[in-house]
Amino acid sequence: QASADANRPFAGLSDVSISEDIPVEGDISVPVGPSARRDDEFSTLDEPVKETVLRDLRAVGKKFVHVLYPKRSTALLRDWDLWGPLLLCVTLALLLQGGAADSDYQGGPQFAEVFVIVWFGSIIITINSKLLGGTISFFQSLCVLGYCILPLTVAMAVCRIVLVAGSGSVSFAVRLVVVTASFGWSTFASTAFLADSQPANRKALVVYPVFLFYFVIGWMVLTFSPSQ
Amino acid sequence: MSAGSGNKNTEPWGSFDDNLIQGSGSAVIDMENMDDTSGSSFEDMGELHQRMKEEEEVTEEAAATEDHEDGEFLGMKGLKGQLGRQVADEVWQAGKRQASRAFNLYANIDILRPYFDVEPVQVRSRLMESMIPVRMINFPQKIAGELYGPLMLVFTLVAILLHGMKTSDTIIREGTLMGTAIGTCFGYWLGVSSFIYFLAYLVNAQITMLQMLSLLGYGLFGHCVVLLVSYNIHFHFLFYVLWLLCGGLSTLRMVAALLSRTVGQTPRLLLCGTLSVLHMLFLLYLHFAYHKIVEGQSPLRPPILSL
Repeated sequence: QASADANRPFAGLSDVSISEDIPVEGDISVPVGPSARRDDEFSTLDEPVKETVLRDLRAVGKKFVHVLYPKRSTALLRDWDLWGPLLLCVTLALLLQGGAADSDYQGGPQFAEVFVIVWFGSIIITINSKLLGGTISFFQSLCVLGYCILPLTVAMAVCRIVLVAGSGSVSFAVRLVVVTASFGWSTFASTAFLADSQPANRKALVVYPVFLFYFVIGWMVLTFSPSQ
Repeated sequence: MSAGSGNKNTEPWGSFDDNLIQGSGSAVIDMENMDDTSGSSFEDMGELHQRMKEEEEVTEEAAATEDHEDGEFLGMKGLKGQLGRQVADEVWQAGKRQASRAFNLYANIDILRPYFDVEPVQVRSRLMESMIPVRMINFPQKIAGELYGPLMLVFTLVAILLHGMKTSDTIIREGTLMGTAIGTCFGYWLGVSSFIYFLAYLVNAQITMLQMLSLLGYGLFGHCVVLLVSYNIHFHFLFYVLWLLCGGLSTLRMVAALLSRTVGQTPRLLLCGTLSVLHMLFLLYLHFAYHKIVEGQSPLRPPILSL
């Protein structure tokens, strides 16, 4: 009894009552044992850096797979993270560099421009879907929209490879097909995740800005031309 | 008892602290004032009060018999420390309450929620109606006060403008294409709405800022249609016909709505004249400033940006 009480000094209070016939219920004891014993299960501070990085990368990779094969699932929404969107945004912005960036000409978009478009576009779409009565949270929506840029980033990489071969009509036709397909894929993937959180009759109102957003990004990808 | 000005004790036994009532403080019971397992806080406070009173009596007695300059009794110092802590706590709580109230007031997007309460059917019908002028000008026409449609139309106009700028190799020296497109469209929508609202306020027309924003936003639907067509089919004659037709219809609709809400010949002339001129000239500007056709280039060739 004494040793148990040493660990739980407040245990005896749980059976104190103010009036005789209304016993206080519940357990207000706070275990005051050595705290490291509980923290070891949850603390990730002591693990090697490689493990932390790999765990995060694996989570990002799993979400990439979900975007590439979109079906109605809550995986992206349940444990959202913003690493994937950041990676994709930086990759896209880097790939869009090296355009016709002569100082007199306004050629490709600058790095900061891509960043601003992606993040502010996502924020505006998220606010719009919340105002229309959506049940999704702010960061979940940012996460979904960011991850669904993946097809367009892949298309950008493909376009750059095609442009190495040449920049005539054939290459334009190929690029047009690739960008249109990936734009459709992005829009479809993001609606698969976002549509469930909206009231049924307003899905079109939420899908339209998403369509515009990926259209603008697809337009940036399509009209990219490398410096000669 | 002189509990000091820092806390809100009104009861003679020293009423409950804010922490105890609101539960915003720690959930751990302070054991140092309890020497039995009594769980009643009445008894705790009573005990605390008793102890403090005893200390006060002790210090008073000691002060009466000793020198008055020496005020550093343990009892008095303990009392001051506790008061100081309470005061600091009160200030912190009050500051936190004010900050969260201010945040909830200004960062609350729910303020805008009623303006986005639309159905797709309503948006579609309003888009169609924006091209159909209504001839009843003796009775104020109903103007829907929503912001979803206008906002989406402005973004669509931005997208169309970007498309037009790219296909015509527009050179922008200061700034970027995206920045220019967004700045132009939003600047027009917000700026001209504010200006016309200001004029309406001067001539005492019955229109609110929200309605003006909504009216002008839906008026951009005509612009979107005209630009979409004329950026892809490059016949000047076609553009002029569309400018008169679609631009004219959407301007007439806005003018009719404003006429129905204004009284007096001169105010009507001023308001509607300004709006028509600005609206039609904006369409002309968008076509010519951002879409130069290089002579000899076929409009069907793919867009190539050359150095």
